[in-house]
Amino acid sequence: MSFTATPKRGEMLLLTARQLSRQCVASQTRTHRSIATASATALRPCATRQSGSHITNHNTNSSRSVATFTPPHQASAISIIKSELDTSSDEFKENERLMGEAMARLEELTRKVQLGGPPKAREKHIARKKMLPRDRVTALIDPGTTFLELSPLAGHELYPEAPEVPAGGIITGIGVVEGVTCMIVANDSTVKGGTYYPITVKKHLRAQEVAKENKLPCIYLVDSGGANLPHQADVFPDREHFGRIFFNQARMSAAGIPQVSVVMGPCTAGGAYVPAMSDESIIVQEQGHIFLAGPPLVKAATGEVVSPEDLGGGKMHSSVSGVTDYLAVDDAHAIVLARRCISNLNWPVENKQPTTSSPNPTFAEPLYPAEELLGVASTNLRKPLPVHEVIARIVDGSVFAEFKRDYGTTLVTGFANIYGHRVGIVANNGILFSSSAVKGAHFIELCAQRGIPLVFLQNISGFMVGKDAEREGIAKNGAKLVTAVACADVPKFTVVVGGSYGAGNYGMCGRAYSPRFLWMWPNARIGVMGGEQLAAVMETVGQKVDPELKARIERESDAVYSSARLWDDGIIPPAHTRRYLGLGLRAALGGRNEVAPGETKFGVFRM
Amino acid sequence: MRTLKRSQHRLRAMALRPAPAARLLGAPASSASITTHASGSGNASSVNPITSLLIANRGEIALRIARTAAAMGIRTTTLYTDIDAASQHAKCAPHSLALGPAAAYLDGDRIVALAKQHGIQALHPGYGFLSENPKFAKACEDAGIVFVGPPAKAMADMGDKARSKEIMTNAGVPCVPGYHGEEQSVEQLQARAREIKFPVLLKSVKGGGGKGMRIVRTEEEFEAQLKSARAEARASFGEGGEVMLVEKYIVRPRHVEVQVFADRYGNCVALGERDCSVQRRHQKILEESPAPLLDDATRHDLWDKARTAATAVGYVGAGTVEFILDRDTGEFYFMEMNTRLQVEHPVSEMVTGTDLVEWQFRVAAGERLPLTQDEIEARIHERGAAIEARIYAENPEKGFFPDSGKLVHLKTPMTSEDIRIDAGFIEGDTVSEAYDGMIAKLIVRGKDRETAIRKMELALRDYEVVGLSTNIEFLKKLCRSQAFIEGDLETGFIDKWKDELFKPKHVTDEVFVQAALGMLNSQIANSMSANTMQSSPHGQTLGFGETPTLQNRKFAFRVKDDSSVEEGKLVNVSVTQTGRDLFKVAVSRGETETPQVYENIVSTSTSPSDTKTSLTTFFPKTRVESTLVRDPTRDDKLTIFQLGHKTELSLEPPAWFDKALGLKEMAASVVAPMPCKILRNEVEEGQEVEKGAPLVVIESMKMETVIRSPQKGVIKKLAHKQGDICKAGTVLVLFEEDAAASHDA
Repeated sequence: MSFTATPKRGEMLLLTARQLSRQCVASQTRTHRSIATASATALRPCATRQSGSHITNHNTNSSRSVATFTPPHQASAISIIKSELDTSSDEFKENERLMGEAMARLEELTRKVQLGGPPKAREKHIARKKMLPRDRVTALIDPGTTFLELSPLAGHELYPEAPEVPAGGIITGIGVVEGVTCMIVANDSTVKGGTYYPITVKKHLRAQEVAKENKLPCIYLVDSGGANLPHQADVFPDREHFGRIFFNQARMSAAGIPQVSVVMGPCTAGGAYVPAMSDESIIVQEQGHIFLAGPPLVKAATGEVVSPEDLGGGKMHSSVSGVTDYLAVDDAHAIVLARRCISNLNWPVENKQPTTSSPNPTFAEPLYPAEELLGVASTNLRKPLPVHEVIARIVDGSVFAEFKRDYGTTLVTGFANIYGHRVGIVANNGILFSSSAVKGAHFIELCAQRGIPLVFLQNISGFMVGKDAEREGIAKNGAKLVTAVACADVPKFTVVVGGSYGAGNYGMCGRAYSPRFLWMWPNARIGVMGGEQLAAVMETVGQKVDPELKARIERESDAVYSSARLWDDGIIPPAHTRRYLGLGLRAALGGRNEVAPGETKFGVFRM
Repeated sequence: MRTLKRSQHRLRAMALRPAPAARLLGAPASSASITTHASGSGNASSVNPITSLLIANRGEIALRIARTAAAMGIRTTTLYTDIDAASQHAKCAPHSLALGPAAAYLDGDRIVALAKQHGIQALHPGYGFLSENPKFAKACEDAGIVFVGPPAKAMADMGDKARSKEIMTNAGVPCVPGYHGEEQSVEQLQARAREIKFPVLLKSVKGGGGKGMRIVRTEEEFEAQLKSARAEARASFGEGGEVMLVEKYIVRPRHVEVQVFADRYGNCVALGERDCSVQRRHQKILEESPAPLLDDATRHDLWDKARTAATAVGYVGAGTVEFILDRDTGEFYFMEMNTRLQVEHPVSEMVTGTDLVEWQFRVAAGERLPLTQDEIEARIHERGAAIEARIYAENPEKGFFPDSGKLVHLKTPMTSEDIRIDAGFIEGDTVSEAYDGMIAKLIVRGKDRETAIRKMELALRDYEVVGLSTNIEFLKKLCRSQAFIEGDLETGFIDKWKDELFKPKHVTDEVFVQAALGMLNSQIANSMSANTMQSSPHGQTLGFGETPTLQNRKFAFRVKDDSSVEEGKLVNVSVTQTGRDLFKVAVSRGETETPQVYENIVSTSTSPSDTKTSLTTFFPKTRVESTLVRDPTRDDKLTIFQLGHKTELSLEPPAWFDKALGLKEMAASVVAPMPCKILRNEVEEGQEVEKGAPLVVIESMKMETVIRSPQKGVIKKLAHKQGDICKAGTVLVLFEEDAAASHDA
């Protein structure tokens, strides 16, 4: 490929540029890559020559390479991911079938959870003219907005005496109220009177953590009998137990994150502090009650006989004690008052987005249907998952500016947009080698430097092991990735699209690395290693192997098992991944959030 | 024979078209022609074009006159009263003069003075007000102002009922036969009745209100009926009440009138006839031309008699000769002549292709009539039929009781050559109760009567008014009525077909669905900009199971529509958003019925203002376009226009509304809210007070505070007197317990 031999260099350049873009579009097959690279490098000397020659020789203009005009659509063509998915293949159909089964199971589990407590409890609740908690949430948020619910499967088969604690007895999630993105925490009193199981506490605290990290005003719809007494040891004493709720309220209020509570049922003992520690409180008359001790305990303690309404009713608290600020006549009225409170927060509203990272209002949907992800994902985690196909179905216009495409190829990195928000994507495409880990660390540094949020697509069986890998310093190089992930001070989002095993979990921003949100696909599995390997290791080290062990490890690696324990923020349909990330990004970047570039201070990278 | 002749004339007239306004044309030898017709060329010296005009009227007619005046290059001045200061007719002209009180459009002296003061050459009185006041016409003439109307003398002649009948009878125009004489014997009266032909009407000369009035259908019952009528009349009116008059009784009368036009040169033409039989409260609401089911002979006879009538009084300008047409005999009788341009003149304009206001100006200027009778007839044949609907602020379901108010929303049909709207109001204007409640006239022309009626019905479907009651829905029903389409007209038409015309309509589910979606969509549009909606996942489903927040939202509508079967009924609609612009809607009409569920409804909407939403919704089997208007003056009131129907609903307030807003804190006492000094008691013991009435004025922190009554009730005791110092929580006023209790219940 010689340029000097061609008389009309301009034409030649155009031709190579076209070839280049065409090749890059087709670049999923790695075969053409060397040619593309070659032509790219070949262009460079021409550009240099051109700048030098224009002064002296006008006659050589015909042989000069002028800067070719490249319209944006041609320029972006190099970034469009070309899908190579064969939707008619047996593999695709098999994946789709197996994923379909997993989806159906989750659909069923979720629908059951969404009903709330047992029918009797619900009927009683309605008979008292109270709204069901999910209806309360619906009424609270703006019509036409989508509620981002967190961990609906919390509490699933967690307690032997109560196999079902639907949604952990508490509904949490992010909703838009009067244009303000808020964290909503709603007790479900149809589930064991709304009492706090350990998982309820954990879920409440997780919601507060999300609120704190993303600066989301909190709305507590309180309707709870307080701690679940048989579980008091796992609810009350520890650092991350009941008391932390009020600690968080105080600290968030101090940080300027508004706390609003609506008392729609009992608020006894510790629970009394939820409204009491809120910036503003609303109470429903003849329904909401706040007291440190309820009438039975008062009678036992002092012999005083008093009605709940006199002891801690809405009228009393709104007119005498001043514990509450607004008196509502019923749930619906209380919710209208709560919405009014939010409208007076002076908080940036959704449709203004005055942040540094305002989304680009014009963007394209991905080129390929998101539903195809069901045929991309596999319940058999031994099979490779072509992660470019996943990215192509998540990002705007399937446009992905891949970074270090041909280096450390088992980790895919690059820039893309999701609903107009620029993000850096870090996605597994095989086992992590030293080169992949170093590449990942490099890319994360770039994003931190530029204030670009990170999205991790996790499907990792671990870092490479073995003599060669160790000699290459996989421990040191893996640590670089872990350091980068741990320190990067930009919003991070993790989606487990396959396996999440071993140290790979750390390097790919597992739960311990505080991603703003962590979601799992239905096929996802999480554990220190696969059940089979774990059994093999146990055997090797001479332990007596429990025949049940393998099966138990398999069970414990299941996404539902994880979600029930709040190791994640929920299992999501793969096709909705883009939507979850979009809402997550809005929560992390909207409101009073600001992502400043170059704020990250990284630890020592061992070289 | 006549038909043949006429068609020959028509041919000749058509061959000469387009006819210049004034030209030589041989007088047609029509046997029916009364005047020698056809204008000679205008005598230049006698033509004095109008250059400036004062319109002594308001509303649509003022605007309509101004339009033609402007087209003719006439400088126009309008008048307005205080109430009309911001009205369209006041704004339409470059000059507009204030008259003052609402009734000042009748202040002829002032109007003439204003015209003189401003050097205005001519005055157009419109219709109503001073238009048929001969003294006013005379005053104009005396002041040297050209009165665009007939001579005062002709006006006076026609204005006097007795005199006009006499003139008509002398000129050979038939009047309603009757005997008004002094011969009161039974035989005499019966003989007269026989002459008149049965049925006849017996009426006391002192009569009124139907007392002493009898319809006598046959000669046999005459004597008995007369006796009975006389007895009743004497009882009702006393001495002299038994003096009876006998008149022809027309069982099925039609109101048919002829538009005539005469110039100063003795020419007079009939611009066709109009049937105005469809009336309510003795006022026309639908007028059409040509009159249906009328044979050509009668039609021409009517025209000729009308022209005779006009000529008999030396008429000049536009006038209408009204006849009563007996459907059973086909006979017609002169009733009266209206010496002005009438409300329904556009019907004749549409059907003859003329501008009668222009004619008025030209005739007033001394020109000859622009068209001959034959030319006019040719035009009518060519142009087909025209119909006018008067759109009134009134409630047909409540006896056409007039309404007034602000036109919160006004959308009118697209106008064209064949669809004309003469209106005096635009959206945002107020229809005042001080004047006639006619909002607009909708005039439609079609190639024949049926086409015109169908076009009228379609145009009415596009006529949307919110803010006050209108007769639009009723007009649509009239246009759909088979009897009307068949031309089965008589003045009692509405009463005769009232069962059909007032048959309550059924409100379809789609109306409620659209109302709910419109409310929801407008709120969505309010809370999020379109940009945000598009650039975010909001509004889409998320996760497994039901997407929690896109769940049900309930709407409770109460039908507030007098013309519907469901009036007063509560209908619940529950809307579930299942995706962006995608909904599932259930409509339940009461406890017992199972809700109708509509799945996968795609609905998009735009809200041009806070109060209006336009929706396009694809139901499973049809597309429905609706406009939803919320009345800002009454927040919960909704009007929905859909598929050419209007339905009025109200959104039921939520359960907490009354309680939370009414603050029914049934305290039997009022306490001091803070430590204070009583400045004075504003009420006395035993006094009944309304909620919010001042009870006690206190002073605290050097501030006066008025303690108001939390409820309606009777004061039982005032606990403190002026100057007392009270602690916070001290009872100040006690109410009678039972009053409070009864109110609570």
